[in-house]
Amino acid sequence: MLFFVARRLLYLVPVLIAVSILTFVIASLLPGDLAYVILGDQATPENIAALRHDMGLDQPIWLRYVGWLWHILQGDFGRSFRTGQTVLQAVSERVPVSFELMILAELIGLAIGVPLAIACAAKAGSAFDRFITGTAFGMLSVPTFLSAILLIYLFAVELRLLPATGYVPFTEDPVANLRFMVLPALTLGLAEWPGIMRVLRSDMIAALQEDYIALAKAKGLKPSRILFVHALKPSSLTLVTITGINIGRLIGGAVIVESIFALPGIGRLLVGAIYTRDLIILQGVVLLVAAGFVIMNFIVDLLYAILDPRIRHGHA
Amino acid sequence: MSGVLLSVEDAVVDLPTPRGNLRAVDHVDLAVDAGKTLGIVGESGCGKTMLSRTILQLLPKKAKLSGRVMFDGQDLLKLSPEKLRKLRGRSLAVVFQDPMTSLNPVLTIGTQLIETIQEHLELGLAQARQRSIELLAAVGIPAPEQRLAQYPHQLSGGMRQRVAIAVALSCEPQLLIADEPTTALDVTIQAQILDLLAREQQRRHMAMIIITHDLGVVAGRTDEVAVMYAGRVVERAPTPLLFKQMRMPYTEALLAALPKLDAAPHTPLPAISGRPPDQTRPLKGCSFSPRCRYAAGRCNTEKPSLRAEAPQHFYACFHPIAAGVDA
Amino acid sequence: MATLELALEDEAGATPAGRRRRLGTLFWIAIGWMALVFAVAIFADLLPLPSPTDMDMLERRAPISAEHWLGTDGLGRDELSRLIYGARISLIVGLCAPVIGVTIGGALGMLAGYFRGRFESFVVGSMDVLLAFPPLILALAVTAYLGQSIFNLTCILGVLGIPAFMRVARAATLSLARREFVIAAQALGATHTRILLRELLPNVLLPLLAFFLLGVAVTIVVEGSLSFLGLGVPPPISSWGSMIGEGRESLDVAPQLAFIPAIAMFLTVLSFNLIGDTIRALTDPRQGAL
Repeated sequence: MLFFVARRLLYLVPVLIAVSILTFVIASLLPGDLAYVILGDQATPENIAALRHDMGLDQPIWLRYVGWLWHILQGDFGRSFRTGQTVLQAVSERVPVSFELMILAELIGLAIGVPLAIACAAKAGSAFDRFITGTAFGMLSVPTFLSAILLIYLFAVELRLLPATGYVPFTEDPVANLRFMVLPALTLGLAEWPGIMRVLRSDMIAALQEDYIALAKAKGLKPSRILFVHALKPSSLTLVTITGINIGRLIGGAVIVESIFALPGIGRLLVGAIYTRDLIILQGVVLLVAAGFVIMNFIVDLLYAILDPRIRHGHA
Repeated sequence: MSGVLLSVEDAVVDLPTPRGNLRAVDHVDLAVDAGKTLGIVGESGCGKTMLSRTILQLLPKKAKLSGRVMFDGQDLLKLSPEKLRKLRGRSLAVVFQDPMTSLNPVLTIGTQLIETIQEHLELGLAQARQRSIELLAAVGIPAPEQRLAQYPHQLSGGMRQRVAIAVALSCEPQLLIADEPTTALDVTIQAQILDLLAREQQRRHMAMIIITHDLGVVAGRTDEVAVMYAGRVVERAPTPLLFKQMRMPYTEALLAALPKLDAAPHTPLPAISGRPPDQTRPLKGCSFSPRCRYAAGRCNTEKPSLRAEAPQHFYACFHPIAAGVDA
Repeated sequence: MATLELALEDEAGATPAGRRRRLGTLFWIAIGWMALVFAVAIFADLLPLPSPTDMDMLERRAPISAEHWLGTDGLGRDELSRLIYGARISLIVGLCAPVIGVTIGGALGMLAGYFRGRFESFVVGSMDVLLAFPPLILALAVTAYLGQSIFNLTCILGVLGIPAFMRVARAATLSLARREFVIAAQALGATHTRILLRELLPNVLLPLLAFFLLGVAVTIVVEGSLSFLGLGVPPPISSWGSMIGEGRESLDVAPQLAFIPAIAMFLTVLSFNLIGDTIRALTDPRQGAL
């Protein structure tokens, strides 16, 4: 187990370095350079040259990368030249919103997907199973922004039950916070359940064919125990894997959903930075999101190892 | 206690397959007396596993079954699922072929033992735990208390099969079905497991069915042997009688296929030539005729029925091996 | 025991005959819808349509009429015309980007699977780095720096698809490279190029095609998402995503402006998914054996 953690940690370092390089390279794809963006059209060549020198933009790219990485390792991700806020401040203000959204969404996805998967696996091939499987397939073709609009239209425009946009921090007013969160989280959750359902269903159908299920039946165990303990427990590892795979899509979905529902999360920060050409914030957010994504995947891997007794006892 | 514990009467199992109907079990009659041991012998695909699943009522959903399976005075086919469930694991236990796949990989050995005990016997957790430890000790597992918290993958194959046997024995069943219990194990372990089964069977006075492809396994350990071929029982006799004067050429071929310890090194093993028939395309005559060296005449056109020679010796063959000729 | 009996185990998970037949009709409906979308997108210029960019401020959000079959949008532009020209953009990006992905990813995957060794480790490692970014974030960032254009959008969405195509091609190549016919070709002294092109490529192509169609569906969705946010194709070009984004502003007075392109997009994505999934099921060796 320790060996497993150490090996995964060792792999994490080169990936994070590569991520930082790629982020830096993407940022340098900018036609012209940052000095033009900051100073605007009226800048004189002298002003630009002075700013470029101040920012170190006249140095070779690898030297700039090393300097940038050096600052980052000291916790300095840069500062918005529009608002003066540092990247870290901006991100840490908005992270809780995005996390709340993603966790609620995944919970909704699991709450819909897992029971349906169990029911479908138990009655595989039945009309119910085919209906749910077909619905899930259809849902996979509905982009997040489509279900967002549909939900806004239904619940905010027609029924006027829930607010379409806005946000109150959970600490200020939990009820209002959740009212604002329902539609965004539901939107994302609706995109999550089909994937969860499909993978878990086929996994459980496979598990139900195993010898150990035949033995569990031969032992005279109750059908519910066979289904929920003997068949579902081995599949719970799959559930962890799916949740891990979903993180990337959840982050992408959060960007869209936060923009539509005006939630002040990381996604909205990112899109806002693009609209206002706040490139320092953009670069910092991209790096932090990617690093966070890599680390979350690492945690999922660890969780997997902890849950699977075969890895836990070093039989990997 | 004596008398018939289990009887299978005219059992037929049909399986729909993409290539057509497959008759996996074809009019089989069997009986096991309380406390006795029956061996069922046959090649892969002869229907012996389907027969064991018939007794356990664990056939695939699509399978069609007719006939009767009487266990302890009740027809298992007519039992409600709930009554059947109370019987399985309690009075009717099973050990499967491969302990790698028949134990749940993500549950501890303790859980898999205790859940069976608590399902059928009214014991508290502590008592069930204590019973589990005793069972593990009885099947020859060292340090049984520590094993309870372990997972199947932490044990060797032989140890796992011992655990599976402990699970099967946990509620003192009247009948234990051992379906190829040693096929997946190392040769060196096989005899130990078989001896363990025989010992526990004696000690607990339970009836046992050993299913195997190996005549050597049933030789000293069973009271009666049924040889199966293509879904049918083709010869049935008390074990000593069968080995003394086997009648069915197929039984002879099975015996000839056994490796012999006294044979010269590098002697090629005489295998049974040919393959078992395609059971979705039943033959008109005797199913074994294409591979049988005695086959002639009506063997190819008519199916021999199972008939009795002596009161206890049955076989289905037109050209039985002559009495007195040593196989 | 095992083999024979296990193969006969209850296969409730496998496709029952009834479902296969049902999928058949759906499959043809999907083909029909795609043919329609392709036809109107290709022949848009020949159709008697008003210009998709001509504004008519007196006829904003007009209802369905003989003049405007699907009404007009918030700037008085003909909705049907914008829908059809939008199909063009969605299809161009949706088809071209996976072509980039399947070409580069497919080639890398085959080479990695065939030559193994350091080259394979390098390819797989690079893909891991690309996969370290949530795809939508990477797409947003690159278009933000490079500038919004259909060309840039197509390129970045194409690059994002490379890892997935690489995996499919590599997995298929790995399993094929050990088969007799490849070993036989090697024994006969065939060159690597010949083995890769003549022996492996034809067999890798079908799984790649199935995956390509699923890739088209994903790309249309991602392009739609970016355009919906106003960060995809630059205005005034219409794309389904940007039309839905514009329609969102008037959900309360004219919901059809969002829902008409939404339905078109859903049906198209569903069609690609259906056709791709059907082909995938056909090429799946497990089901193909039945």
